[in-house]
Amino acid sequence: MVLTNTADVAIPELAGYQRRLLIGGAVGMIASLAGLFMEPTQFLQSYLMAYMLWLGVTLGCLALGMVHQLSGGGWGVVIRRPIGAATRVLPVMTGLFLPIAFGMFRLYSWTNLDLVAHDEALRHKHLYLNAPFFLARAAFYFLVWNTLTYFLNAWSLEQDTTAEPGLARRMQKLSAAGLLGYGLTITFASFDWLMSLEPHWFSTIYGVLIMGGQALSALAVLIVVLVWLSRRAPLDKIVVAAHFHDLGNLMLAFIMLWAYFSFSQYLIIWSGNLPTEIAWYLHRLQTGWRAVGVTLILFHFVVPFLLLLSRAMKREPRTIVVVAGGILVARLVDLFWLIAPEFHHAGISVSWLDVVLPVSLGAIWLGCFIGQLRGRAILPLHDPGFDEALGRILEKAKAERSAAAH
Amino acid sequence: MKTSPAVFGLIAEFEDPTSLVSAAHQAHDAGYRRMDAYSPFPIEELHEAIGARHTRLPLIVLIGGVCGCIGGFALQYWASTIVYPINVAGKPLNSWPAFIPVTFECTILVAALSAVLGMLALNGLPMPYHPVFNVPRFALASRNRFFLCIEAKDPQFDLESTRRFLETLNPREVTTVAD
Repeated sequence: MVLTNTADVAIPELAGYQRRLLIGGAVGMIASLAGLFMEPTQFLQSYLMAYMLWLGVTLGCLALGMVHQLSGGGWGVVIRRPIGAATRVLPVMTGLFLPIAFGMFRLYSWTNLDLVAHDEALRHKHLYLNAPFFLARAAFYFLVWNTLTYFLNAWSLEQDTTAEPGLARRMQKLSAAGLLGYGLTITFASFDWLMSLEPHWFSTIYGVLIMGGQALSALAVLIVVLVWLSRRAPLDKIVVAAHFHDLGNLMLAFIMLWAYFSFSQYLIIWSGNLPTEIAWYLHRLQTGWRAVGVTLILFHFVVPFLLLLSRAMKREPRTIVVVAGGILVARLVDLFWLIAPEFHHAGISVSWLDVVLPVSLGAIWLGCFIGQLRGRAILPLHDPGFDEALGRILEKAKAERSAAAH
Repeated sequence: MKTSPAVFGLIAEFEDPTSLVSAAHQAHDAGYRRMDAYSPFPIEELHEAIGARHTRLPLIVLIGGVCGCIGGFALQYWASTIVYPINVAGKPLNSWPAFIPVTFECTILVAALSAVLGMLALNGLPMPYHPVFNVPRFALASRNRFFLCIEAKDPQFDLESTRRFLETLNPREVTTVAD
């Protein structure tokens, strides 16, 4: 059966896409280096945004994969391999954190010790917000994420070859602990890398806001990938409308979760009306940045929410891929809204780097992703939920293929 | 027409869900429309196999949700700007961010109530009498047997030929359902 082949053999055109994406991404990155010399702070600001988007896709896939290990279900079986491939891009993303580590003195005002010395609040926060501890924490987060990725992928590969039933149980146990670890590390990572851009401001819901956003970015990318895969052999007869329906429902849930978290943060700060807390919203809502906020409400919530209410919309690959693509763009705008106003208090400011860097980094990410996808079978054949999820569909596909052959 | 008015339809009994789905497909292909399938557990393909039309329930729920949303917001707006205009912390009387949680809850409440009541209105439950229960073996539909009933209301229904058609689907037995 063709399904036991690696994706490389089953879908030979992947190699060409991988090469083109990596070359395109590298060209884009080299071109944006001009920006690094002309306006280094702008470069780092845009790089942080691009990096958080694609790191979010990677970690979102890691989290969704762990959730599926625990929950099971047909929705996850067909995207398990894309999820695994996405998590294996993490070592590359770990290396790509270096520009942020080197650029932290330009990005984060709390690294300026003169400023800290004259600011009572920052002096107290110095115990946490100082350069060595910041780097040590980052190293710890990447250690946790890479360890989880390594073991989950190694065991999944072992499951492919040996079909040993005990492996599924072992992956479940690691996923339970891993989800807890992910929740804690991503909360602190988002405090460190994004929230501390405005070191006086704090919001306790910020971590889960980023977490929900990562799962949403990951789902959007996975849906686009699955639609692409479902248009060619061997998945063309295996991925059916019901799979897109499930993923569409999940995406709807995460959109509502994002809206709920974002609005909760706003409502609490708006009600309290305290000077330190409202500053973050003041230079966003009383300047040109307000337009970005309105765009987010419309295109990160209202429009995709209404579209995804429709059953037909979710079941049709051609429409859901457009919604998923739109959400990925909205995710970028959301990160822009979180990061950019901290560097341009006066009003809205968009640089060419805000477009080139996310696209180039995305091309590199996709190139690495395809490279990882090629190495393994396209479905987890020995997953305990496999037969329940796909057994009947596979039989039907097999019958149709043999009927077509005769 | 040989059909006597006292016949509700013909019911075929199957031993597994796959035979029921394939029988339903064949009956639909043969042109039968007024039929219903009974199974002890939900079968995803069955709904499609008997050619069930899209239900109007989602629309009812949507309308309910929109009414709840507007109603919830209007209630708060009316209370805090028109009948009890109280200045709280210097905020405007129409402080819409504060109204959102209740608006949201009202949306969910009315949408959920429309779903339950709409479902009951559309499927006619509670229904104290249904002719299929006249077939003694139908009690097994809640245990381990699967039934397909072609109703006499179907324009193609004919007691003899429909029975012969059902026999071709390899049922355990075919029974006439009295009305």
